[in-house]
Amino acid sequence: MSTLAESHNPGGHSVTEAARNRRFGPMYSRNVKAVIARGLMATKSSNWMVMLSGFFEPVLYLISMGVGLGAIVGAVQGPGGQEISYAAYIAPALLAVSAMNGAVYDSTWNVFFKMNFAKLYQGMLYTSLGPLDVAMGEIFLALLRGLLYATGFTAVMGIMGLITTPWAILMIPASVLIAFGFASFGMGITSFMKTFQQMDWINFVMLPMFLFSATFYPLSVYPQYIQWLIQAMPLWHGVELLRQISVGIFSPATAIHVGYYLVMIVLGVMLTAGRLRKLFLK
Amino acid sequence: MWVPELVSNEELSSKPSRSKTQGDQMQYVITAKDLTKTYGDVTAVDGISFSVPAGEAFGLLGPNGAGKSTTMKMIGGVSQRTSGSLSIMGLDPESHGPEVRAHLGVVPQQDNLDEELKVRDNLLVYGRYFGLPMSYLRPKADELLEFAQLTDKAKSKVDALSGGMKRRLTIARSLINEPRILLLDEPTTGLDPQARHILWDRLFRLKEQGVTLILTTHYMDEAEQLCDRLIVVDKGRIMAEGSPASLIREYSTREVLELRFGSERNATIGAELEGIGERLETLPDRVLIYAHDGEAALEQVSARGLRPVTSLVRRSSLEDVFLRLTGRSLVD
Ligand SMILES: Nc1ncnc2c1ncn2[C@@H]1O[C@H](COP(=O)(O)OP(=O)(O)O)[C@@H](O)[C@H]1O
Ligand SMILES: [Mg+2]
Repeated sequence: MSTLAESHNPGGHSVTEAARNRRFGPMYSRNVKAVIARGLMATKSSNWMVMLSGFFEPVLYLISMGVGLGAIVGAVQGPGGQEISYAAYIAPALLAVSAMNGAVYDSTWNVFFKMNFAKLYQGMLYTSLGPLDVAMGEIFLALLRGLLYATGFTAVMGIMGLITTPWAILMIPASVLIAFGFASFGMGITSFMKTFQQMDWINFVMLPMFLFSATFYPLSVYPQYIQWLIQAMPLWHGVELLRQISVGIFSPATAIHVGYYLVMIVLGVMLTAGRLRKLFLK
Repeated sequence: MWVPELVSNEELSSKPSRSKTQGDQMQYVITAKDLTKTYGDVTAVDGISFSVPAGEAFGLLGPNGAGKSTTMKMIGGVSQRTSGSLSIMGLDPESHGPEVRAHLGVVPQQDNLDEELKVRDNLLVYGRYFGLPMSYLRPKADELLEFAQLTDKAKSKVDALSGGMKRRLTIARSLINEPRILLLDEPTTGLDPQARHILWDRLFRLKEQGVTLILTTHYMDEAEQLCDRLIVVDKGRIMAEGSPASLIREYSTREVLELRFGSERNATIGAELEGIGERLETLPDRVLIYAHDGEAALEQVSARGLRPVTSLVRRSSLEDVFLRLTGRSLVD
């Protein structure tokens, strides 16, 4: 009935022996690709509606607000002071929002669910994977999704005639940078979360950030102190960065926006790595 | 001339002792010393020590909350001990987690199969976590599906499997890296008798192939069937250690006479049974008389004019050992 009896030779198989003799640290076994492969395999059975809605949401915003509202608003002032259509004004902002949403969803709700309900990470960590392999694999998957959304959205912008410069192609890597910032931070923050109520705080921060980060109108409508508050938030930097790239007009502020995300990524990864032992190894 | 000779002499004398040290290290695949784990005020594991030689089937027998799962998690390096020392294949699982786990197969108390993947993919993906190549994993997965009698379920979704099938898949998955040590946390809890017997059969085969089995259970028959040696654990402490037979010899008599007099009489009958057998244990629903010869004890009971509602003579089991050690039943 079983063929295992003949071929099973504990510890004797050269391939398993080789796998055992690899060098590992306590946190990391240089096997992020196994986590990524699992994630890709799981997308086959994943909820395509959720995946697609993540792509269509900003597209619908762009059509309704950009085309609909844009008919009333007319042309507005772009980053360099030039006149651009309202749709062209909000499109890069919506791209930044979708990068944020995708990354936050993957790194918070998804991670929270897999951690506390699906027990996926418990299973992974009973293998020779280390916590860092798992974290990096999950962040990579979040970025991959962000990359697909960004590419799709940029294509839609092109079809709608909102792209006027070759620089606009750089919106794609810039979106991944934004997603990386939010994903690494989001995962670190999720490690503190114990209940669904606490997870709701994330929405409580995200929604106002979406509405007020100069997404639909310029920052100048606010009093000075509100402006400072918004400029301290990550999304505003993402919106401004993509808006500048979309028209190919850069300023010293561009470097500040990019720098903001680089710092966010470094701090986020450090926070996550620091929390991992606590998160996984009780 | 005698200088090189001295060197070679030293070599000769040092060689056996060196290989002996090596032999000692190889002898035990797991060594735990004063292993302790506290969660806040709760002491889940309270200073337990044991060693397991390669190829042994070693059991942790104890009631719920005894600290069995916590001990297993510390062995797997996914729970940090509060104090004590632990060595798995010569490595500390806390500082060498991934390396130690490369030698382990783990069947946790609760199945944690990947519900998003199909049955066969669960095996393939799990193997990838160990860094194993697909060329090895594909035939290995088929072989393990065969072993777990799940070949016709290869393309099914995990949540379409019965409890017993999920358990077998979890065990199959734990074997994907050809582990030297298999950790089984209550492998058959919640399974029907037939599914349990299939599983026991699979575990026997693994044992024959030389895999070291570390098994927790609160079923005494499971411990008796599968374990060469076991520790009886209660409240995080080791109450006794030995082979099932030696524990029964040491802590119980050969046979047990179980008598039921009805719930009211049970409590008061003790005095009237005084002197029969070696020891008397009064439980809410029955009275146990420990005796070398159960039938003879039953005759003595009858001779005193006592008429139990039912009587049963059976061999002593680990249940009796546990009762003796703790004054409580193993399964309530
Ligand atoms: N993560 C945890 N946090 C707090 N207490 C725990 C945790 N895990 C186990 N315990 C406690 O430790 C004790 C031993 O639990 P466990 O090792 O699961 O026992 P067993 O597996 O023998 O049933 C129990 O009192 C349990 O409540
Ligand atoms: Mg348990």
